[in-house]
Amino acid sequence: MPVFEYAPAPESRAIANLKDHYKPFINGEFVDGSGEPLKTVNPATEEVLAEVGTASKSDVDTAVKAARKAYTGVWSKMPGTERAKYLFRIARLIQERSRELAVLESLDNGKPIKESRDSDVPTAAAHFFYHAGWADKLEYAGYGPSPKPLGVAGQIIPWNFPLLMLAWKIAPALATGNTVVLKPAETTPLTALVFAEICQQAELPPGVVNILPGAGDIGASIVEHGDIDKIAFTGSTEVGKAIQRQVAGTPKKLTLELGGKAANIVFEDAPLDQAIEGIVNGIFFNQGHVCCAGSRLLVQESVAEEVLEKLRYRVSTLRIGDPLDKNTDIGAINSAEQLAKIRGLVESGDAEGAERWTSPCPVPDRGFFFAPTVFANVHQSMRIAREEIFGPVLSVLTFRTPDEAVAKANNTPYGLSAGIWTEKGSRILWMANQLRAGVVWANTFNRFDPAAPFGGYQESGFGREGGRTGLEAYLDV
Amino acid sequence: MSDRISVAKTYKLYIGGKFPRSESGRVYPVTDAKGKFLANAAHASRKDVRDAVVAARKAFPGWSSATAYNRGQVLYRVAEVLEGRRDQFVAEVSASEGLAPKKAESIVDAAIDRWVWYAGWTDKIATVLGAANPVAGPYFSFTVPEPTGVVGVLAPQGSSLLGLVEVLAPVLATGSTAVVVSSAERPLPAITLSEVLATSDVPGGVANILTGHASELGSWLASHGDVNALDPTGATPADRPDLAREAANTVKRVLRVPEAEPDWTTAPDLTRLRRYLEAKTVWHPLGV
Repeated sequence: MPVFEYAPAPESRAIANLKDHYKPFINGEFVDGSGEPLKTVNPATEEVLAEVGTASKSDVDTAVKAARKAYTGVWSKMPGTERAKYLFRIARLIQERSRELAVLESLDNGKPIKESRDSDVPTAAAHFFYHAGWADKLEYAGYGPSPKPLGVAGQIIPWNFPLLMLAWKIAPALATGNTVVLKPAETTPLTALVFAEICQQAELPPGVVNILPGAGDIGASIVEHGDIDKIAFTGSTEVGKAIQRQVAGTPKKLTLELGGKAANIVFEDAPLDQAIEGIVNGIFFNQGHVCCAGSRLLVQESVAEEVLEKLRYRVSTLRIGDPLDKNTDIGAINSAEQLAKIRGLVESGDAEGAERWTSPCPVPDRGFFFAPTVFANVHQSMRIAREEIFGPVLSVLTFRTPDEAVAKANNTPYGLSAGIWTEKGSRILWMANQLRAGVVWANTFNRFDPAAPFGGYQESGFGREGGRTGLEAYLDV
Repeated sequence: MSDRISVAKTYKLYIGGKFPRSESGRVYPVTDAKGKFLANAAHASRKDVRDAVVAARKAFPGWSSATAYNRGQVLYRVAEVLEGRRDQFVAEVSASEGLAPKKAESIVDAAIDRWVWYAGWTDKIATVLGAANPVAGPYFSFTVPEPTGVVGVLAPQGSSLLGLVEVLAPVLATGSTAVVVSSAERPLPAITLSEVLATSDVPGGVANILTGHASELGSWLASHGDVNALDPTGATPADRPDLAREAANTVKRVLRVPEAEPDWTTAPDLTRLRRYLEAKTVWHPLGV
């Protein structure tokens, strides 16, 4: 196959304004956290990027007190029109600093710059714009004449979309009149702390937003804190269940955005070349670190060989490497720990008899990388068909009839997303009806918008983010 | 001598559209508010819960995919049959809750009207809670509410009919199916409601009503892998945290309920309907 040679085109890491030290953000100030500082590494090079101060349990307490004070003293009293202006300011500041945020995100997370630049950061800004408009229109949201905020929201977000998940959490919380204590993921705290600077630049009242870097124990301290009214968590189903157990019996309101094992279903009449692009985007976007990734490809048997052949060809053209290079399709796996998990699951696929194909692309010898991998001959009972891999690994299964496709797609405890590829409109709508998933993409995949609710059925969690539906998570209704 | 002996009734469970005895063979005595023996009620067991969940799961595809118009008709039919048996409900509510006949009448009327209210929601839920999403791109994106699945309901202990209707009707209106554990001490209106459901075109298995103890059966519903949501209203506040913990193992939707039983006569709102709905967002490209 022809190989196109590209000159390297890296973004300058100087744009990220990387600092040696970052600190927790409490009550409008950057403070020395009393937790053990952590070092955040660039997963593409394994170099330490910065030292980050972390919170301790007592810092959680301080932050919750600040958030409570800001809630009762300022934020809940403020007219919605004024809250809206703060959110609009934040949205604009994210846009103004978008290059810096994109480069910093790619450095800290390992995701390709073209994704952080074109997807993560602009969508984060869009979430603040969207929710800004709700702040003074809540009586029109369908929750009664004057829906009330809950109070202080504790929010715990994952490492796969650090800034975007922050925006998904903070924007609706603030728009509805809540104040927040947010913990970014241990491996990706940097953009959240730059966001804290943005809160300062927006002159957001102190305590409305508090950012506490730390590990799982700080997340647990937030979850169990007695003066928090709402917990919002995005992450693994396993941790989500633990949080649901922990919150049980308390008055805290809870929303969970958990794992998935989405079926991407390709019918024989699908526009195959488009479908291939959708399949690739569905599983290799963000190195497969996507809870709604299309990780189970269900292909109609009559076109399975053709799809697999086209797919292998297309995947072999994906470029893996420096996340800051604009030509990079697949960046680094976020951490050594995650890389080990992916390897373990891939080995189980080998052991259980699936047919593995790995892209022959050159893989950097330093950093955490995993070449795109496609398993054929996958059976529903295999671990690679049942468990979330959270990496660039696709499992391919086949089906004959639409009913069989539905049965296989729904054969999972998850229910976050699904894809359908077919030219037949009536079949799309019928399939969309049958699939037990919170988001269904037809002839497309991985579309997100603040106006479109996102969230799961069953063990993919409960509650929605985005749209009118998403406001419910932060209102006392 | 004109005194005739009345025909005493043997009360049973309502599972899958049928009226079985408890698998366990157990019964327990039911008394009126003054302690006078009324009847023996079936004392449902863990196995009965499992049978009821199987029935509810089996009924889910048909009920959830029935047209909203059809579901509305069926639920309105329930209200019609309820109205026809008004006197019986008044007598049972009066005896169970120790209410004066006038008060019991107003409770039964409220229960019937509540049922009518929910019947009218079936074909409006999607309009009111769904959306066309104005996304920034060449896509048609819409969000529709869908029923969450099988719902375990621990019915209120105090309000034997109105409270029961308020916890059951919204489950059915959304298209979910229900396994209900009735008030333990006041089960007779629930059993009579089962008879109403069985004769009102509600497909077998859509609503299953067990007489027994929430304290015993609740945890089997909370921990069951094929139950999608749990309403712990009828559990004691002390039992609720444990139920919520068990429910967490399968990420069940657990209703937030007030500690004390609410005043069921206050006007209903969408809260309970919303709890049993999932929002499904569908995206499709636009183009020529």
